[in-house]
Amino acid sequence: MVATVTGAEQTTSTWLWRFRDSVRRFFDSDVFYSFRRSPVTVLAFVTAVIIFVAAFGAPVLAPFNTNDVATLDLTDAFRPPVWMEGGTSEHLLGTDDQGRDVLSAIMFGTQVSLVVGFLSVIFSMVLGVSLGLISGYVGGRIDHVIMRIADVQLSFPAVLVALLLFGFAKAVLPRGVQDAVAIYVLIVAIGLSNWVQFARTVRGSTMVEKNKEYVQAARVIGRTPIAIMVRHVLPNVMGPVLVIATISLAIAIITEATLSFLGVGVAPTQPSLGTLIRFGNNFLFSGEWWMTIFPGIALVILALAVNLLGDWMRDALNPKLR
Amino acid sequence: MSASDVLVRLSSLGKDFDVSPPFLNRLLEREDRVLLKAVDSLSIDIPKGKTFSLVGESGCGKSTVAKLVVGLYRPSRGSIVYDGIDMPTLKTQADVEPFRKRMQMIFQDPYASLNPRWRVSDIIAEPIRAHRQITGKRAIDQRVAELLVQVGLASADGVKFPHEFSGGQRQRISIARALAGQPEFLVCDEPTSALDVSIQAQILNLMTRLQRQFALTYLFISHDLAVVYHISDFVGVMYLGRLVEWADKRTLFQRPWHPYTRMLLDAIPDLELSGRQRSPVAGEVPNPIHPPSGCHFHPRCPHANERCRNEVPNLVRKDTSEVACHALLENRLPEVTVTGEPADVGSGG
Repeated sequence: MVATVTGAEQTTSTWLWRFRDSVRRFFDSDVFYSFRRSPVTVLAFVTAVIIFVAAFGAPVLAPFNTNDVATLDLTDAFRPPVWMEGGTSEHLLGTDDQGRDVLSAIMFGTQVSLVVGFLSVIFSMVLGVSLGLISGYVGGRIDHVIMRIADVQLSFPAVLVALLLFGFAKAVLPRGVQDAVAIYVLIVAIGLSNWVQFARTVRGSTMVEKNKEYVQAARVIGRTPIAIMVRHVLPNVMGPVLVIATISLAIAIITEATLSFLGVGVAPTQPSLGTLIRFGNNFLFSGEWWMTIFPGIALVILALAVNLLGDWMRDALNPKLR
Repeated sequence: MSASDVLVRLSSLGKDFDVSPPFLNRLLEREDRVLLKAVDSLSIDIPKGKTFSLVGESGCGKSTVAKLVVGLYRPSRGSIVYDGIDMPTLKTQADVEPFRKRMQMIFQDPYASLNPRWRVSDIIAEPIRAHRQITGKRAIDQRVAELLVQVGLASADGVKFPHEFSGGQRQRISIARALAGQPEFLVCDEPTSALDVSIQAQILNLMTRLQRQFALTYLFISHDLAVVYHISDFVGVMYLGRLVEWADKRTLFQRPWHPYTRMLLDAIPDLELSGRQRSPVAGEVPNPIHPPSGCHFHPRCPHANERCRNEVPNLVRKDTSEVACHALLENRLPEVTVTGEPADVGSGG
């Protein structure tokens, strides 16, 4: 390794060195070791990666572009999967009542589900982490107020919050805008129902960290409370946050599917997994089961893979379980 | 000492902690607020360029004094006059800022006082960046490298993380951070108590060298009399939040007056295995929430009488010492036994 770097190339070579250093440390780490040792986790990771690639690569990888109405052919409607009588190799998992390819619809639908899931988790993470940090660090009356709001929030089920928000959005927004805004309302609704977990965890860790001597040292140096919270405490409380983020990604995806199934989700022109399940549900009893079962299976596999990853991460990052 | 030599003057400093049960319990059980007097009317003068040590058993309020002085706690009573300015009366951040630069603190636990997620160079550069003393990445890097060398580490150590260092090395990093802002006053809260004896000596020698080099003033908190003997110019002995005796180091170690000081000095082990008769340390430190009346030390004191039980003694000058003891004033104390000086921890480093 480079012992001393001097002169003009210092900045670049230091960065390169730091990058190589952190990559090597990652592969040497306990976390990577415990990942490699757990076949279930590796399988879940591979599954998740395949689903992510299929979902976000859908415009390129999917056999049909189901979002483009021009490609639909009504004569293809109600085709069963390829292995059943009447199925064609063109539509591996069959087609729906509009002649839409189910496999392609699942790929595009997963993309919508994942986008909603990720954005809502980011929303609740930002909200929860900031409130938890303030609550834990400042304490006193502000802590009380934030935590009571969190308690109230917890007593509302996610679906109820979403329905309220949707009702509000429907009443306020003009009809044309509603479909376009629906996805954002969904993200905010799911995000609002998940932030409490982040806030509580971060608050707890912050109360531990703020009494440590490095925080006192920063206070003696004269850093402002905001600088201490963001630069000192935050990096030290992020471990559990990543775990919760992963687990609540699965929850967010399922909540999104639930809401879309109830008809308050994303616009029908841009179906998510939940929307697909809802549409297919109408035909379940007339024998065309593939329209609802396949999106359902995709949802289960996606949620399971993400959950397994979250579980592993919780164990791997928890020093008490090592 | 004359007033101009004094850098920090603590007068009648007091700090109470509210340890009462929650409001609802107090209401239901009809209890009053319970206050713990961690520090009680403590007055000391810390002369420029010298080391003033505070010693005492665990829980006697030494660390609270340290935190009061650097402003981590707000005093309940009294004043902390730093170079002529009473610190607690300063209200705004802008007023306090110039003093923040001039005083720094070294903490007890080198495993907790360095942020585990920060690189050493960032840790040391924090005071520089916070006070914008030097700008420009190159200049800051250079200054950090210089500081690392000053505390006996390699300038390339800056890219590492704290967990890559041993306890003694971490304490060196801690000292480098404290020095980064070019302070004149360092508050050291048991900086060696978490370290091995051999490492303690190295750290103490480093601190002594830096004191000479930069004309630093130390407020040194410790429970270890050998360490205190090695580094101090003046020593104050605290018992349950009060100062019971202070003097220059040599006087305190050779002619201790207060019965508590004598008890502490008597408990120091010696290397000569002299086999001399020791009076064992009698009793335990009482609960500071309900301290004894009068002189706090009277339940453990062999010379206590009725007056000691009722009346709080004040610090009174005796030769070159200041002692808070009724027995001394009433000439009830036996002649002082010259206690052996503690083994010099610094000789090994």
